[in-house]
Amino acid sequence: MRTQPTAPALQLPEKHYLNATYGIRSWLLTTDHKRIALLYLASVTFFFFIGGFFAMMIRLHLLTPNGYLLTPDQYNRMFTMHGVAMVFFFLIPSIPAVMGNFLIPLMIGAKDLAFPKINLISWYIYVIGGLFTLWSMINGGLDTGWTFYTPFSTLYSNSAVAPAVVGVFITGFSSILTGLNFLVTVHTMRAPGMTWFRLPLFVWAHYATSIVMILGTPVIAITLGLAAMERVFGLGFFNPAMGGDPILFQHLFWFYSHPAVYIMILPAMGVISELIPTFARKRLFGYHFVAAASLAIAVIGFLVWTHHMFVTGQSTYAAVAFSFLTFIVAIPSAIKTFNWTATLFGGSISFDTPMLYAFGFLGLFLIGGLTGLFLGALGVDINIHDTYFVVAHFHYIMVGGAVMGYLGGLHFWWPKITGRMYPEWLARIAAFILFIGFNFTFFPQFILGIMGMPRRYHTYPPEFQIYNVMSTAGASILAVGYLLPMVYLTWAAFFGKVAGENPWPATGLEWKTQSPPLTENFEVTPVVTWEAYDFHNRPDLGLDVPSGKGSPGVVAPAHGDD
Amino acid sequence: MQSPLPTFPEQASNFAGSVDMLFSFILMTTLFFAVLVTVVIIFAAFKFRRQSEKEVGDDVHGNNLLEVGWTLIPTIIAIGMFAWGAAIYVNYRIAPKDTLDIYLIGKQWMWKLQQPNGRKEINELHVPVNRNIKLIMGSEDVIHDFYVPAFRVKMDVVPGRYNTMWFRPTKTGKYHFFCSQYCGTNHAVMGGWVTVMEPAEYAAWLSGETGDVNPVSAGERLFTQLACVTCHLSNGTGRAPSLNGVFGANVLLADGSTVVADEAYIRESILQPKAKIVAGYQPIMPTFQGLVTEEQILSLTAYIKSLQSQPVPPKGAGIAPSSAGKK
Repeated sequence: MRTQPTAPALQLPEKHYLNATYGIRSWLLTTDHKRIALLYLASVTFFFFIGGFFAMMIRLHLLTPNGYLLTPDQYNRMFTMHGVAMVFFFLIPSIPAVMGNFLIPLMIGAKDLAFPKINLISWYIYVIGGLFTLWSMINGGLDTGWTFYTPFSTLYSNSAVAPAVVGVFITGFSSILTGLNFLVTVHTMRAPGMTWFRLPLFVWAHYATSIVMILGTPVIAITLGLAAMERVFGLGFFNPAMGGDPILFQHLFWFYSHPAVYIMILPAMGVISELIPTFARKRLFGYHFVAAASLAIAVIGFLVWTHHMFVTGQSTYAAVAFSFLTFIVAIPSAIKTFNWTATLFGGSISFDTPMLYAFGFLGLFLIGGLTGLFLGALGVDINIHDTYFVVAHFHYIMVGGAVMGYLGGLHFWWPKITGRMYPEWLARIAAFILFIGFNFTFFPQFILGIMGMPRRYHTYPPEFQIYNVMSTAGASILAVGYLLPMVYLTWAAFFGKVAGENPWPATGLEWKTQSPPLTENFEVTPVVTWEAYDFHNRPDLGLDVPSGKGSPGVVAPAHGDD
Repeated sequence: MQSPLPTFPEQASNFAGSVDMLFSFILMTTLFFAVLVTVVIIFAAFKFRRQSEKEVGDDVHGNNLLEVGWTLIPTIIAIGMFAWGAAIYVNYRIAPKDTLDIYLIGKQWMWKLQQPNGRKEINELHVPVNRNIKLIMGSEDVIHDFYVPAFRVKMDVVPGRYNTMWFRPTKTGKYHFFCSQYCGTNHAVMGGWVTVMEPAEYAAWLSGETGDVNPVSAGERLFTQLACVTCHLSNGTGRAPSLNGVFGANVLLADGSTVVADEAYIRESILQPKAKIVAGYQPIMPTFQGLVTEEQILSLTAYIKSLQSQPVPPKGAGIAPSSAGKK
């Protein structure tokens, strides 16, 4: 560590993973987890803007009660394709496949993931699945809702259901392979001294996520397979006229798709668990509890699926049991929130952009999580089920939570990924715009739901208009908030100020190698002798540790860094 | 509704008050915690803001007592919310006995309703105030959902099965109802109005111009047309069990189990006769799948229900002895 963060005129390292080899083949045939992460970054960003375009069309159409922009069939295609693009092709792969891929080997001191070729294959599978789904969007579109409920999707829809279903089916395998890769990597490839309870919580969160990916995704694959067979070959799994049960589809679908929400939010929680200690320069409060909460969410998350089905006519007492479990799954999230908050006390808090996203996450996830209690309560769900209240609730979780986490993480690790810093003030302004725009867009939707406006409506009674106008206005602000980081992060990747090895400084192993890292990540395999976020025993960070405040006697040795 | 920023719709059913009460309780509780956590975060962010470039925070690992506290307290509150919600739900799912039964069929993209006397309506529902109303609901195609915001209740309308929902309107007036389960192109316009009337007004409306046959006589006619009557002899001597008094009773099946003869059982017996065979009879009934419409099944059900008043024959209606008799 010869270079201090404050030293002037930093230079990019001579050799790193980005300039190790050149040419299109070196990217398309790479097995470097960092390059694959960038391939994923490009593809999920592509789908994010496709999904965002559909969202803009929805909001513009809903500006007036009768909506002049789209026909009913076009509107139904817009919200369906918005959901499919965002859920299956952006949210689920976003943090795991981009940041998890890039960071897990770096964080545990490994040279790569356990199965580098499988990692590359997973990206190709994702792309093939994405192409199928894009093809369906262009050739006839999709109008089933992202939930593909039968018998509408299998017997009545006049849209390109089969290719879309096949696309989502295929993409599922990329998720399974990624999860498998992460699990094996964390089990077998930790650097010497990197014990389980020294792992960064980002890794714990991805470990829990991987379990959900591996156990849950095969179920959605089977379910969509059955739906495709019913649609194409006329088999009657879900068709009541042939003795099938349409509600069975919902059970199978939500058995995956509820845990899938945790595939989206757990990694974001992992990001927040990195950001808060780093920018409060303090250990995460209750490390073990936060790690255990991730696992608890992954396990209990599999036992709550019929809370999507309280008004389908399912057994009354089954609904009661699932409502109970739904309240229980809220507890680990509450534990995490309290621990994040407690971490701030006695910290040394800075307001760098990633921390602003962490604060934004806390606020929005708080609202998203707490509004889940309304929906989990059976007596309230019979009123607000399938209204805009639900739409607002899950956007607070998936966009307010997962996307804020994603962007916060992207800003935090951008100097590691590209070796360069983004313009700080522009980034702070963008974070504010996002936060304001987000609340403006989705908060009015809670009120719409309370008023009784059902979701998936292309036209609505005039009493609902005022909140729809607010929501559309907010969405325009939100769009600016998303375009800004896209522009300045891209600019910064080429022209930003050189960041250096550890600009924040942060404690993770990924910050003990050059930025951008070497293809092999580390010149020498690091040896870990410190716990995660332990600022007091890290003289290598060059911070002022007050005498007497640190744990005595344990000093990090210098080996491992260059 | 005159407010420029409206929120809650009117409360017009027995459930509206209790649903809103629980909603307000959860709102107050969550608001308290949300404000508390937000204030604490803002306070901490300000108080512990970084004072110098190289400053670090305190070296704290955690506090087990705090962890136990903020695990237990939310758990207790959550269980309270759960129990309250479950109580409302169980009440909503189990209809009282003295209901006015109205049949409802959802199809893309309209609602067909039929009053007990046969009067049919489309996208309109007239009900008397302060009377328990039960909707018996089926779908001809995809899943729909009948939702009346002013009543605070909804229920999916699922093809291949009957769902029921009940409520007691408490206020006269006209209230929106919506389809709230996505059902295709015109999902958003598949709605209408519930008109809650004074009982006298309702009675007058009900007896008004109606060319419709009531479901019981329509069912009786079908029962003959479809030749059900040739086997299901009313005196119990036919090849199939008598249906007198069967509705609402426990039926003894060939495998020794019993089943309550409700709407769903009758429907299943018409469409999939071999699913449940009554003890002492052969599985010879053909399926009527595809031969009868949803409305006709409802009529047949209504007719079978009407057979309550006639005496149960001495032999072989298949009714389990313990609870034989009238509903």
